[in-house]
Amino acid sequence: MVVDVAEVVTELKATYTSGKTKSYEWRESQLKALIKMANDHEKEIIEALRSDLNKPEFEAFVHEISTVKSSCKLALKELRRWMSPEKAKTSSTTFPSSAEIVSEPLGVILIISTWNYPFLLSLDPVVGAIAAGNAVVLKPSEIAPATSLLLSKLLGEYMDSSAVKVVEGAVPETTALLEQNWDKIFYTGNGKVGRIVLAAAAKHLTPVILELGGKSPVVVDENINLEVATRRVIGGKWASNCGQTCVSPDYVITTKAFASKLIDALISELEKFYGNEPLKSLDLSRIVNSSHFNRLTKLMDDEKVFGKIVHGGQQDKTNLRIAPTILLDVPEDSMIMNEEIFGPLLPIITVDKIEDSINVIHAREKPLAAYLFTNDKKLMDEFVGSVSAGGLCINDTTLHLAESSLPFGGIGGSGMGSYHGKFSFDAFSHKKAVLRRSFAGDISARYPPYTTRKLQLLKALLNGSILGILRALFGW
Amino acid sequence: MALEAAKLVAGLRETFGSGKTKSYEWRVSQLKAIVKLADEREKDIIGALRSDLNKSEFESYVHEISGVKKSCKLALKELHQWMTPEKVKTSSTTFPSSAEIVSEPLGVIMVISTWNYPFLLSLDPIVGAISAGNTVVLKPSEIAPATSSMLSKLIHEYMDSSAVKVVEGAVPETTALLEQEWDKIFYTGSCKVGRIILAAAAKHLTPVILELGGKCPVVVDKNINLEVAARRIIAGKWCSNNGQTCVAPDYVITTKAFASKLIDALISELEKFFGKEPLKSQDLSHIVNSNHFNRLEKLLDDEKVSDKIVHGGQRDETNLKIAPTILLDVPEDSLIMNEEIFGPLLPIITVNKIEDSISVINTREKPLAAYLFTDEKKLEEEFIGSVSAGGMSINETTLHVTDNSLPFGGVGESGMGSYHGKFSFDAFSHKKAVLRRSFAGDAAARYPPYTPEKLRLIKALLGGNILGVVRALVGW
Repeated sequence: MVVDVAEVVTELKATYTSGKTKSYEWRESQLKALIKMANDHEKEIIEALRSDLNKPEFEAFVHEISTVKSSCKLALKELRRWMSPEKAKTSSTTFPSSAEIVSEPLGVILIISTWNYPFLLSLDPVVGAIAAGNAVVLKPSEIAPATSLLLSKLLGEYMDSSAVKVVEGAVPETTALLEQNWDKIFYTGNGKVGRIVLAAAAKHLTPVILELGGKSPVVVDENINLEVATRRVIGGKWASNCGQTCVSPDYVITTKAFASKLIDALISELEKFYGNEPLKSLDLSRIVNSSHFNRLTKLMDDEKVFGKIVHGGQQDKTNLRIAPTILLDVPEDSMIMNEEIFGPLLPIITVDKIEDSINVIHAREKPLAAYLFTNDKKLMDEFVGSVSAGGLCINDTTLHLAESSLPFGGIGGSGMGSYHGKFSFDAFSHKKAVLRRSFAGDISARYPPYTTRKLQLLKALLNGSILGILRALFGW
Repeated sequence: MALEAAKLVAGLRETFGSGKTKSYEWRVSQLKAIVKLADEREKDIIGALRSDLNKSEFESYVHEISGVKKSCKLALKELHQWMTPEKVKTSSTTFPSSAEIVSEPLGVIMVISTWNYPFLLSLDPIVGAISAGNTVVLKPSEIAPATSSMLSKLIHEYMDSSAVKVVEGAVPETTALLEQEWDKIFYTGSCKVGRIILAAAAKHLTPVILELGGKCPVVVDKNINLEVAARRIIAGKWCSNNGQTCVAPDYVITTKAFASKLIDALISELEKFFGKEPLKSQDLSHIVNSNHFNRLEKLLDDEKVSDKIVHGGQRDETNLKIAPTILLDVPEDSLIMNEEIFGPLLPIITVNKIEDSISVINTREKPLAAYLFTDEKKLEEEFIGSVSAGGMSINETTLHVTDNSLPFGGVGESGMGSYHGKFSFDAFSHKKAVLRRSFAGDAAARYPPYTPEKLRLIKALLGGNILGVVRALVGW
């Protein structure tokens, strides 16, 4: 191992103990440094994402670079307010007293990032950890090596390396990191590794945030603006890293009556977006590596679904490209319906009545996101009321992540904890309760020797019964 | 046994799936049932606590019964408000849209309770789980068998047993329960078992709240109202289940100059509270069982500390009683300074300057609570700013946990997550992000084919740059 991770943690703990990272000025300087880094090196970041994923410049900027900058800007704007203790109410039982909740940093945070939005999903959690006053180790994903290398170089250059470190590597390095005693671990990735992270954290009683995934369904009703709906479904699927996005629409549910209309609209818009030869379009990310390429072709070549492809299906193994592919009525027990697709394949499941789609969703694990396109208020209310997912979007896809006043996180198999906006600050803070009392107002009824009268008085006080208090006092 | 546990959980999932526990009316009925239980069976509850712990009627009522009723009444008062979705701001990037955070129940909760406040620490988490609309399994502690048996009987009698169940037992039963898949686990107890719970939960990606413990320090400065301070320390220690309380003052730090004054004050107040023969006082809980009695004896008989006893030290093994005991200047490496005492022994550590007490605290694991008695604003601020603990009380002990607007929970080794008041409702809820959009306002610039003009427009929009937006639009 090139890096001695135990030494890294020891150094960061010492930095944290010195108190340096707790100051407003330090946090502000680091957030500003990140913005500067993103501005100064925009071209290289875009290049690295092109190299790792063939990600179009448009997506690299809009989804990743812009988002990191706006997270920093929001934190800079709100930091003083977030750092201020929050006054809390006190009750008659502790009168006279004052109470507040103080946000304090946890200490040394481990952030394990992933490969699909390797710039954003490395730095967005770092923004939260730093805003909250912590020291950080970032472990970027080796599956996006150009971005990993760039992050290591740029963070070393722009940020305070006594408090923010990057450890590159793969399984051995991550395992070594997970053996250390962290104050919190933030992991973005899949459920299998999520369990490994939790098990490692358990040994040290380390709290963990897991941003995982799942099969995010899109329910499409009729009587909607079909053109806009299909554009938004495509926007969340293929225009988001070619479907390799944790909140991408994974599969669609619509009525048997509406399916062909929906498919026609999807095909029509797909052609407008990507032309007649999508394998050649520069506006589509490629599949990240041959491992995932093989995984996806296996899903498509599965004999249970091969005959269900109604559009697309073209593959280019050399360039790791798969065209936008739509499948209709694949069997419930096919592989494609039993793992998170994370790619450019979109199965459409049909039901008799649109309301049945809610049962289809309930039969599965809680997803990270769920979507509904409808103009029917009743269906909307039922969906919001009964579909449990990390987050929901009505009449759009993925956009709820862009709202920093909404928490972003999963539930059940899709994760635990959340971040974005102030939720990021809170995710990496300890909310410490503080009660202040004066020496006045000390009631002897509180103390032994316990007598019936003392108990009567306290009962009356606790019940807020003025009459009871008077009675007990007079009976003294 | 595993089969039984599996059937139990399946039954509760079915109840939850029916939607019954989600309704406001159901939650209200259950909360009212708990209040009724506590009112009607007050005598039985006091009897069980006397049997399990020799807990005085006073403490049973004031700490446990009253605490449970207060939690229910607050939940009843606030439930509508807590259940209402929280509207949040939306930004220009998702315009036009509306956003809210919807609180929804998690599903099936397991509450593993403990023995020292066996009534309170079983029901208080249940109050939270139910008000959030979940079904619950309670596993009370077998170390408080009278209360465990009573809870099993009363909960079955008063509450909806299709949704709230009690499983009595010890390690085998708990292990079988931990193998099941829960939507959340709430555990109160020790760090050692906390790690076991986390490891079990990791397999199912189940989120966990751990309410653990630690060595809660009390720093005592001079120039204070010594009489009141001494009474409040005694109250938090010996008047709280005879020191068997997770937030009881574990040890005291004061200056060498002040120590004897403090000891004299403590001895004087102790005599007023418990008389000259404390082993005979009916106002002191006994040590819960011979296991813990032996553990505490061992701490006292440790040759490093046996000559440091300055008050107390008497024991009655038959009746599992140990008198309030004070020790002065025990060595840092003694047993008593290296585990949570959880009993009636109070070591006093002395330092030269009172400010040194902060480093004494910071070399140890983060405790569940920390206390400071002082009139010095500067010391108070330094303490709050640099001592990390679950919560703190200034010029008081333990009372911060009775303020329902303050979160109660640990940090680091003392736990993760928190509850009380609205924090209880939140602890057992999923905060689901919901974004609603209309079909209007669909910007073509969002979609492929990506062009430099589109990117310029989006950059300007994201940058909030009106001129840039206009320029990009006109340059179209």
